[in-house]
Amino acid sequence: MHPIAEKYLRKSALPTIFCPGCGHGTVLNAFLRAVDDLGIIDDLSLVGGIGCSSWLPVFVNTDVIHTLHGRAIALATGLKLANPKRTVMAFCGDGDCIGIGGNHFLHGCRRNIDITVVMMDNHIYGMTGGQLAPTTPFQSKTQTSPYGNPETTFDACKVAVAAGATYVARWTCAHPKEIAKAIKEGIGHKGFSFIQIISQCPTQAGRYIYGMGDPAEMLNMIKKNSVRLSRAGKMSPEELEGKVVVGKLYEEQGKPELSESIYAMMQDRKG
Amino acid sequence: MSKIIIDELCCKGCRICINQCSKDVLDISAKRNPKGYLIPHAVRPEDCIGCMMCELICPEMAITVEASKHEKK
Repeated sequence: MHPIAEKYLRKSALPTIFCPGCGHGTVLNAFLRAVDDLGIIDDLSLVGGIGCSSWLPVFVNTDVIHTLHGRAIALATGLKLANPKRTVMAFCGDGDCIGIGGNHFLHGCRRNIDITVVMMDNHIYGMTGGQLAPTTPFQSKTQTSPYGNPETTFDACKVAVAAGATYVARWTCAHPKEIAKAIKEGIGHKGFSFIQIISQCPTQAGRYIYGMGDPAEMLNMIKKNSVRLSRAGKMSPEELEGKVVVGKLYEEQGKPELSESIYAMMQDRKG
Repeated sequence: MSKIIIDELCCKGCRICINQCSKDVLDISAKRNPKGYLIPHAVRPEDCIGCMMCELICPEMAITVEASKHEKK
């Protein structure tokens, strides 16, 4: 095992529940590297909802809450308000964050609370058997849409920007260095940070959506479909059709942050 | 030349490291670990440029690359 994993992982919880080749493991790898670089393991509080991706914090040897489906951001908000000195992070899946917890996600963004939300998007409900998720591509087949998905998808990053998040980035599991950098920037950023990571699910998405079971092949496909923001600016809308734009999509400084304004108000009332 | 250490007990045999290596240093071996997965091994360690991609992308954190910096051929 890598020395960083040796240092930060909870040995009693290993091996991880992830299937061979699951992208969530890469996110865990990048996250531990970011934490190691910042040296903040003792100030960290992690929240996970329900789903494969929400198991990620459970393997890290720090303060962890595993909560109800979709309520990771709601719980992280409470945690941050109870103790603003903590660095609070929420790990969600696509269904957890913008499906079932969609309302909490919108209001977390709107309040601009200083938490970092990492959403691992594998385009499907993986743990429960491959059901249709809000991020499943249009017309792709899943367990619950055997004739193709009739619904169009959610662009979580655009929703986050519109709802008022102040740091929004999107990367894929083929960019591990960039994920670690984005997590570091998200933790350092004062305000709601949202990082979407396109991840491969070789077991369910591979079986139903893409028709391939090889994680390496899926990773190549994800990498091929991604376009960096700097390059996407020079491309025409026809060329960008079906591509995923990756990079730091939005950053804003100076917007009032919730825990700061609440504590300032409390101080003010005390007189 | 960098040294590639693979933890056989951690590896789940997904072969992402083999696919992502730009220098084709790694390949699958005929050896199985106790979980029954075929594990990769470094067949051409002398070609390794120490880019650390296999180490960074490994979902199980099973790979450690001990890169020798500023190396000249």
